[in-house]
Amino acid sequence: MPGPPVGYNAELERTEVELLLEGIFRQYGFDFRSYAYASIRRRLWKRVEAEGLQNLSQLQAMVLHDADSLERLLLDLSVNVTSMFRDPLFYTTFRAQVIPLLRTYPYLRLWHAGCSTGEEVYSMAILLEEEGLYDRARIYATDINDVVLQQARRGIFPLERMQEYTENYIRAGGKRSFSEYYTAKYDGALFDGRLARNVVFAQHNLVTDRSFAEFHVIFCRNVLIYFDKDLQNRVHSLFYDSLVRLGMLCLGSKETLKFSTYEPCYERLDQNEKIYRKVR
Amino acid sequence: MKRSTGRSDEGTVGDFQGYEIIVVGTSWGGLAAVRAILSALPADFDIPIVVVQHRHRDSESNLAGFLTRNTHLRVCDVEDKMPIEPGRLYFAPPDYHTMVENGFLALSTEAPVRYSRPSIDVMLTSAADAYERRTIGVILTGANADGAQGLRRVADVGGLAIVQDPATAEVATMPEAAIAAVPQARVFPLERIAGYLATLPSIHAARGQQ
Repeated sequence: MPGPPVGYNAELERTEVELLLEGIFRQYGFDFRSYAYASIRRRLWKRVEAEGLQNLSQLQAMVLHDADSLERLLLDLSVNVTSMFRDPLFYTTFRAQVIPLLRTYPYLRLWHAGCSTGEEVYSMAILLEEEGLYDRARIYATDINDVVLQQARRGIFPLERMQEYTENYIRAGGKRSFSEYYTAKYDGALFDGRLARNVVFAQHNLVTDRSFAEFHVIFCRNVLIYFDKDLQNRVHSLFYDSLVRLGMLCLGSKETLKFSTYEPCYERLDQNEKIYRKVR
Repeated sequence: MKRSTGRSDEGTVGDFQGYEIIVVGTSWGGLAAVRAILSALPADFDIPIVVVQHRHRDSESNLAGFLTRNTHLRVCDVEDKMPIEPGRLYFAPPDYHTMVENGFLALSTEAPVRYSRPSIDVMLTSAADAYERRTIGVILTGANADGAQGLRRVADVGGLAIVQDPATAEVATMPEAAIAAVPQARVFPLERIAGYLATLPSIHAARGQQ
């Protein structure tokens, strides 16, 4: 288990975590200071072990003086592993509850906030295509990390995941044959470039950047869990400002608006999935 | 030296006021085992309980309703940043890691640990780090060794380790691994676990009387 040895002073550890994150912010401008403590400390200790170090202060010394080691740490801190049609029930609910509402708009703007390597973007593109709404959609897919964005642009996913993704796709209410959407190339499944024709992949930092447009749908699924409550609230403020009235906010199935001050501004569209509509 | 975090002072044994959290890990046969314990707990049992049961990512993710009728405790499915409150039972969702922080529960989608997500080791370790000796760790029936390292951490920080007697477990692998990792763990047949938990001091009760 990545972590400090037993008996390590918890206050000292927290001080070291805070100093390390402050150092990264001051030196490089990446702000992880308000990330959820339990998960970030685990990731930091994993990096300590991977670099063969003893503690977080040594990691701080290393990353402040060696930009390559910072790159490695950044990858650890900002990559969230995901899958296509993850939580198939979310997609069936989206088809049943949200798509009928989206049909009433002549054009659609959708935002995948924290899109990582793009699995959700391509999944939603497929869904919109099958529902005949893709052509009127403009999709923005943003992430803090340029490396994952490059990967997302390429649209190549591991071939060995395709069986799992096919099962997910079917359970998500997919209307065609999943293999129609990609061609196998070496170890990769290259997805049809036409699925990305209306997608803009761009860097955006949820912590520091402002609202840049108003959207009909914002997807931010299993990204906010990495932020502490204060930062979550700040991001909800950004999302609130970035949604048209009656626009939809889609969170991960075990995330919630319940502990946010923005809860009163939304109504819940479904009793299981976390799809909220901005009503106030 | 300034001490301002509000954590209870680890210096004196006499300062121990009671346990603050119970973390339970289980897999195969676990639902029935948890239900058995719940139905035998007293109505006013107030130490919060967090349960991680290995569940396939497609399994029914709203189990709270299933357990509610067996207990007076408020049963909830964990959501990210959910506060930990006395008198509640929290059920960890499939396909996330559940971590215990000071006062609330946090979720993560990091890679499975020993093929498990949720991982019992991850949950128990986080509880031990957050609540130290005010933690009770419980390992029940299960088909692999997940949880043994986590229970060891609970014991190492001075918390209480409890394991279901392998002879009474539907599958003995998990309790056996836990006992091997924590030889000093208290071992009870399933039907005696609730009774034992009910005898333990609760910090919530102690605070209530202040």
